[in-house]
Amino acid sequence: MNKYKVWQIALIYSVLVFGVIFALPNFFPTKPAIQIAFGDSIRATSSNIISDLSSELNDKKVSFTEIEYEENSAKIIFEDVSDQLAARRVLSSYSDGEFIIALNSEPSTPEWLNSIGGKPINLGLDLAGGIHFLLEVDTDRYSTERLSSEGASIIDELLSRNINANYVSSNESINITFRNFEDLSSARDYLDQNNFTTSGAKYNILQNNNDLELQYTDNYLSEIVDYAVEQNLVALRNRVNELGVSEPIVQREGKGRIVVELPGVQDSASAKKIIGKTANLEFRLEARPTDSFLRKEKFNYKNSSGTSAFLEKVVIITGDNVTNAQSSFDESGRPQVNINLDIDGGRSMQSATKDNIGRRLGVVLVEEKTRTFFDENDNVLQESYTEKNVISNATIQAALGTAFRITGLSSSYEASELALLLRAGALAAPMKFVEEQTIGPTLGQDNIDKGLNSVIVGFILVFIFMLIRYRLFGFAANVALISNLILVTAIMSLVGATLTLPGIAGIVLTVGMAVDANVLIFARISEELKANVEVQNAIRNGFSKAFSTIIDANITTLLVAVILYAIGTGPIKGFAVTLSIGIVTSVFTAIFVTRSLVNFIYGYRDIKELKV
Amino acid sequence: MNIPFIQFNKFGIMVSSGLILITLVSLLFKGLNLGLDFTGGISLEMKYEQKADLERIRNSISKIENSNFVVLNYGSDNSVLIKFQSDEELSINAQTVIDQLSADNYLGEVEKSETIFPQIGEELRDQGGIAILVAMLVILVYIIFRFQIKFGYGAIAALFHDVLIILGIFSIFSLTFDLSVLAALLAVVGYSLNDSIVVSDRIRENFLDDNKKGSSEVLLNDSLNQVFARTIITSFTTLLVLIALLVAGGEALKNFSLALAAGVVVGSYSSIFIVVRVLMLTGLSKKDMEKPKNEPEESYSLD
Repeated sequence: MNKYKVWQIALIYSVLVFGVIFALPNFFPTKPAIQIAFGDSIRATSSNIISDLSSELNDKKVSFTEIEYEENSAKIIFEDVSDQLAARRVLSSYSDGEFIIALNSEPSTPEWLNSIGGKPINLGLDLAGGIHFLLEVDTDRYSTERLSSEGASIIDELLSRNINANYVSSNESINITFRNFEDLSSARDYLDQNNFTTSGAKYNILQNNNDLELQYTDNYLSEIVDYAVEQNLVALRNRVNELGVSEPIVQREGKGRIVVELPGVQDSASAKKIIGKTANLEFRLEARPTDSFLRKEKFNYKNSSGTSAFLEKVVIITGDNVTNAQSSFDESGRPQVNINLDIDGGRSMQSATKDNIGRRLGVVLVEEKTRTFFDENDNVLQESYTEKNVISNATIQAALGTAFRITGLSSSYEASELALLLRAGALAAPMKFVEEQTIGPTLGQDNIDKGLNSVIVGFILVFIFMLIRYRLFGFAANVALISNLILVTAIMSLVGATLTLPGIAGIVLTVGMAVDANVLIFARISEELKANVEVQNAIRNGFSKAFSTIIDANITTLLVAVILYAIGTGPIKGFAVTLSIGIVTSVFTAIFVTRSLVNFIYGYRDIKELKV
Repeated sequence: MNIPFIQFNKFGIMVSSGLILITLVSLLFKGLNLGLDFTGGISLEMKYEQKADLERIRNSISKIENSNFVVLNYGSDNSVLIKFQSDEELSINAQTVIDQLSADNYLGEVEKSETIFPQIGEELRDQGGIAILVAMLVILVYIIFRFQIKFGYGAIAALFHDVLIILGIFSIFSLTFDLSVLAALLAVVGYSLNDSIVVSDRIRENFLDDNKKGSSEVLLNDSLNQVFARTIITSFTTLLVLIALLVAGGEALKNFSLALAAGVVVGSYSSIFIVVRVLMLTGLSKKDMEKPKNEPEESYSLD
């Protein structure tokens, strides 16, 4: 007799039940929705934006089922896609470039499923529509900027040692020229002594005639690029989160690149402007009431509309001088921000504040923005402008140096926001776009439909074939196949893997390959039967003899899938993910689920003859 | 059923050699029609309400200076694909084309636009080649570890054979070779291997079995006959789903499924002809099997 023990059966079927539960969220229909991220638009905070939006939609006769306010964004749900697209047109002209509008879909997963962590599969950009950017640190520009400012401070240092020198810098090196050889050799001594960082030499110093050429060592260059990418990653994540688009992706790719994906967003130009925008900070003293208007400037506060402050026109330092900023608590437990400046910044800060204790010091956030508007002929026009707002205005308690703190903040949230802005307000290194992809909403839906259709058609064809060729055994294999599909869906939903179009193809492929394991088993059973082995033994031998072949064949394919994942990007990764998950689940279903069914059908009785 | 595979082997090798020769000549003189992913450049997919007037599109965008556009139908008469290369600064980009068409009142619904810098494409090309080589190396190591080095040679020879012939098909018919086809090629590596291993596994089993008598050739032939039904059935079911993908999967998956379908056919073929040929050439005999003898099948018993 061929039987599984009760606990074995219980284990196999509890895995399947688990699969069904977590695959379930994918079967509830989603509703088309629009998400409007207000960003830092004044309009959104000052008035009742939700009723404005709904009356705008009603005026233009676009019907919707629901509108709700979420944290600095609004979500509108529609009955069908045509309403959604019509609403996008209406809202984008209403928004006037102030909001980011994203098309997405609202899952209707029931509460009980949500509460145990059930959620539908994430769709990749090729299925959901949206924008994909790949940005790269502009190493040339970055080193040009750095070398130029380092050149200036080297000349200063040399001057303070009574060495006269001039310099020119390029994207590769600093070239310092001297009047005579003594100057050169004492400069060389000074440079050699200071030419080190924590991880080795900073410059390769070359000497030709009366000048010195300083080039970054490869080590140092890759170190600063690495650091810059990490900094930029924080800054970009900050900016993208500020957009409020749901489920954005901002991640590092390779050495000097960052991927940004915005599902549902269609307007590439404005998304690009926001991602690529440069923000900076300025520290300025608050103007005295007696100062003339020629010496002061009025700024609005960023967070509370309507209030403003007068600051002096002189900028003490900018965000470039900030090396670090952390939020913490002071002695009496009130939130504060600790700021560190570089040497130059500390020096300027010291001389500006030592005679001004008791006055206020304002921090101004400078943002480069773009607005989009329509002219009388309905052409889209874009205009860039600079926006300056005060984000902090605190009293100076003592002369400030390279390290100081801002206290008197109202909440720890405000403190960490301020710290983040100070740290990441400006990009550490300039970046350029090296890849850009926009996928329209209809194409995404089209891809989903086609992908699903081919999965269904492929499945039915294989089903019919297996039933005809193997009858009851074929039925068992088909049940295993369905179980496999359910498990793949469940695991992908649960771990938050992203489904892409090649990913669907990966599922289709595992369908074909999952059958292989069962075909191998059935072929073995049939061989055993031909060799006149008793029926129950033939079934048992068939399964155990095919086992090592199945394992070997699947492990090698799994290795290939892992390599694909490691080197692949975007869609290829999606293919590798479904392929790997499919391989693992197919081995489980093809061996254990099929076996349990075969046991159930044949295992409990005495069979004299069997044909496979 | 007893098919004399070994007798057919010479014929099979001739066919394979011929195909590989044609492939090499085509790759050498014609090369691959690399997609945007690998060359860099800009592409724009648009859909019109009615049949798209390609001439009108060409006339409109020919007003943009300094670029060579390719305008063609994509999938259906209503869909248009515009491809072009731009300069380093991308002064002419997807937006330029959109603006021009819009000015001439003939802009369709933009379904997809892609801009890839040439340097990124170059890197992807290198990475793809490296990936295939790494995959082969890892597999060779696994097979040497699990089987025996002669089987490793067999499997790798079959892999080279399969990958080359698919490249040949893409080169001869000028099909676009893009990132998704590269992924398909790697999947073919996995599939071809699957077949080679099933065949090798059976050969090993027969060579290890002391009850089986006969020359190496007889044993090889028996092994092939034993796995033949399985090879055909599995290839057939896999082909079924791939054909479904090819027919219903739309334009985006066309070349991907084509590469896979070709890979399934060639992979099954090579597991029967190439793997066995290499094993014969390396003189596989019962003697080779002595070492892995202490690795009994029963170690995997399920019960």
